[in-house]
Amino acid sequence: MMSLEMKNKISHRKKIVVTFLICATSFFLLIGRLAYLMIWKSEYYTEQATKLHERERPIKAARGRLLDRDGNVLADNKTVCTISVIHSQIEDEEKVIAFLCDKLMLSEETVRKRVEKISAMEKIKSNVPKEIGDAIREADIPGIKVDEDYKRYYPYGDLASKVLGFTGADNQGIIGLEVIYDEYLKGTEGKVLTVTDAKGIELEAVGEHRLEPIAGNDLVLSLDTNIQSYAYQLAKQVQASKEADRVSFLVMNPQTGEILAMVDVPEFDLNNPYTITEGYKELWDKEQARKQPKQTDVSDETIIEAIKEKTPQELEQEMLNGMWRNGCINDTYEPGSTFKVITAAAALEADVVTTEDSFHCPGYVIVEDRRIRCHKTTGHGSENFVQGTMNSCNPVFVTVGLRVGVKNYYNYMKKFGLLDRTNIDLPGEAGTIMHQPDNIGEVELATMSFGQSFQITPLQLATTVSSIVNGGRRITPHIGMRVQTAEGKVLKTFSYPVKKQIISEETSETMQMMLEQVVENGSGKKGYVEGFSIGGKTATSQTLPRGSGRYIASFVGFSPADNPQILALVVIHNPQGTYYGGQIAAPVVRQLFENILPYLQDRGYNKCQDF
Amino acid sequence: MERRFRTIQGGAAKQNTESFFDYTFLITVFFLLGFGLIMIYSSSSYKANLTFGDSSYYLKKQLLATAIGLVAMFIVSRIPYHAWEKLAIPGLIVSIILIFMVLTPLGYEANGARRWLNLGISLQPAEVAKLGIILFMSYMVCSVGRGIRKPKTLIVLLLPVIFVFLIVWKITENMSSAIIIMGIAVAIIFVASPDYRKFVILALGVIALAALLVYMLKQNQDASSLGFRFQRILAWLNPEAYASGKGFQTLQALYAIGSGGIFGKGLGESMQKLGFLPEAQNDMIFSIICEELGLFGAMAVIMLFLLLIWRCMIIANNAPDLFGALLVVGVMSHFAIQVILNIAVCTNTIPNTGISLPFISYGGSSVVFLLIEVGLVLNVARSIRLKEL
Repeated sequence: MMSLEMKNKISHRKKIVVTFLICATSFFLLIGRLAYLMIWKSEYYTEQATKLHERERPIKAARGRLLDRDGNVLADNKTVCTISVIHSQIEDEEKVIAFLCDKLMLSEETVRKRVEKISAMEKIKSNVPKEIGDAIREADIPGIKVDEDYKRYYPYGDLASKVLGFTGADNQGIIGLEVIYDEYLKGTEGKVLTVTDAKGIELEAVGEHRLEPIAGNDLVLSLDTNIQSYAYQLAKQVQASKEADRVSFLVMNPQTGEILAMVDVPEFDLNNPYTITEGYKELWDKEQARKQPKQTDVSDETIIEAIKEKTPQELEQEMLNGMWRNGCINDTYEPGSTFKVITAAAALEADVVTTEDSFHCPGYVIVEDRRIRCHKTTGHGSENFVQGTMNSCNPVFVTVGLRVGVKNYYNYMKKFGLLDRTNIDLPGEAGTIMHQPDNIGEVELATMSFGQSFQITPLQLATTVSSIVNGGRRITPHIGMRVQTAEGKVLKTFSYPVKKQIISEETSETMQMMLEQVVENGSGKKGYVEGFSIGGKTATSQTLPRGSGRYIASFVGFSPADNPQILALVVIHNPQGTYYGGQIAAPVVRQLFENILPYLQDRGYNKCQDF
Repeated sequence: MERRFRTIQGGAAKQNTESFFDYTFLITVFFLLGFGLIMIYSSSSYKANLTFGDSSYYLKKQLLATAIGLVAMFIVSRIPYHAWEKLAIPGLIVSIILIFMVLTPLGYEANGARRWLNLGISLQPAEVAKLGIILFMSYMVCSVGRGIRKPKTLIVLLLPVIFVFLIVWKITENMSSAIIIMGIAVAIIFVASPDYRKFVILALGVIALAALLVYMLKQNQDASSLGFRFQRILAWLNPEAYASGKGFQTLQALYAIGSGGIFGKGLGESMQKLGFLPEAQNDMIFSIICEELGLFGAMAVIMLFLLLIWRCMIIANNAPDLFGALLVVGVMSHFAIQVILNIAVCTNTIPNTGISLPFISYGGSSVVFLLIEVGLVLNVARSIRLKEL
């Protein structure tokens, strides 16, 4: 019995040891599993956990500046503050609301809604001036957070507003160069990585990990602030004195296509782009009224309905878009007589006319069954081609245009680049509005040869005239020259395509001579500047619909006539009183040239092409 | 402790009637309790502060429960364990009644499962049942004596166990406690039975069944048609795919464990306890230990548990009679199974099932009943007559 009990006991003991060993083995297997997770998989899980614990807050990068060709700053950054509240850190909600309403001039309702919202961090207002931001920070009220960032600042206000453009709340370009060169200007956003708990509350003890932003690069423009300012002053003057709707003024280097000034009055304040410029609303209403169809078969009710469809916000936005439009490139017009430069160049190039060819103008010309009048109803009488150009005689150009013929004329327009966009580095360039080649008959060709029945942008005209007088090279107009660091190290120089010889150099020289004559002795006399050789062409055209009594007066001028270094085009929309281009537009260019030619001479004008 | 064990043996020759007190075992328990309180404070202070405005809310409650448990342990360790023989059957009946009481208005739900009783103090009947089954099985196996060899006796013995297993599983929705109860019973029968064969077959059968289930689930992973527990299994196989549902806690635990690395982030430095890991102070406390103390800390904890069950083995082997030995085997298997299951759940070695880590996890009933079991073991140890060695 005793031995059996002993035997049982030994059996039990063995089994207890086995039980223990099974447990111990399990323990060691689990240690193995732990080692796998904590050594081999540690990196993976650490990364996953870090992702879970970290929150990212972006830090705005300083946007690159816009500099004119001399390094004057046209667009800069100003430090501003963003005010936010951190809900979990607020101690006294009412105090925070009252304080923020007072400091930020916001309605209590707006602030209360944001303060009471339960979120990790709620933005109250951005673009708060630094002084106010500093004052809020110094008050040190728990729950209010002040972050510094940058706001775009335009030192010259409304200068070249439609060219430079402005940026939105997220530092992205909205219009103009700010859009086109966004990728160079915007820089790279930085990050603040903060560790948070599961509710998104930042753990201050852990501290933050910063990834510094990389500032954007500066963009050097071809614009010359002095010329831009002169042009702007002159455009404003003529707009005021002639009570004109709009005035577009382009100044460029015809050799390279560099735009020195681009003005489109009325401009707007770049620092307050959402504020309607004074007087613009009247202009807008006037233009809208013109667009409304005359009440014919459409009943009043449908018109009212059509107006009703747009909400006040939509109307406001439309008005802003109108205000931001750059008439130099976004809108087209009938160029009128300035286009005779192109007709003359095509005719000379096609060899259908020489400067000595003689014409007779009885005051009109018959094309098919139409009688097309000359602006001088009594007729210019006998004249040669140069005189015809000086007189801006329509019958001469109709005759010459018909000699070129529909097919050739269209081909020259194509060759000159008139049917394509100029590809300027600005957004929203309008294309040419032209007859289909099949629809061009003799009458259409006749009207086209003196610049009517089709539309181009002022920039297209300036560019094509530049290409005709610069020796025949089709240039690409442009503003962006190079990208450089804030320290001035050049990172990228832009180059723009140049199409070789759209007309021969000989034709180009003839054109220079003829256009110089226009200014010396012809219709462009008022564009003459004492002591300088100027070439140019005037234009006066009635806007559509004919008989509206509205005109567009324009003048394109360049200097020196035999080796153009500067070309200016002014287009005055709807001037009151005298509306002839030769009377009102040519003097604008003259005044500009009087001011800037001596200035350009100091800068090596007429000596080196690349001034 | 090795040395102490030798002294016991050495002392046997000199003082034959000297009684034995296992200080190593007790100190290990104290160490685990103390460590557990530190970890409870570390893992719960953030949540406690957020919920109750008192960062030591959980710590205080656990301290009270531990104090009650220690008193209970002291009392039990003074009661000769043979006194429990009479209580074995009534004890189990009381346990069963308590389990059924969960269905009455006295029962209440917490963390999505109805497994608590409110009897002035809150109580988990499953904890009572674990102790009940240890007493019951030890008593019954002793009373059937050699009858344990007969399959019929075995089935009769197992019937009440299966019943308790089922009610704990289904009524208190606590599968892990049910598994522990079954595990304790099997361990006691295993020790008392002279053979191995049927246990090996049983083990292989369980493994084969589990493998078959997993295989079938993998074949048609259309989770929507599968029940609650099957989704758990799918989440176990691929926690990332169920990150927003059943795999969430497991994944958070893995983040905690993995990011701890070899040396850990340092005591109190856990990130996952900041609201990311649910039940950080409770079932998932081992993950926080791993995160804060690293692989070395985790190994140290496992070694402490190994020491604990090693002492249980020594005591069981030296118990004056089979009843005492089986009591200690029951307690030992309870501790071991619970530790193994808890760590296996935290490390996603097995599917997620709610189970706490003995002596360390937060939980009042758990620590009180664990300490009562410690008291039992201490009393068995105390009864070891050195002459019997």
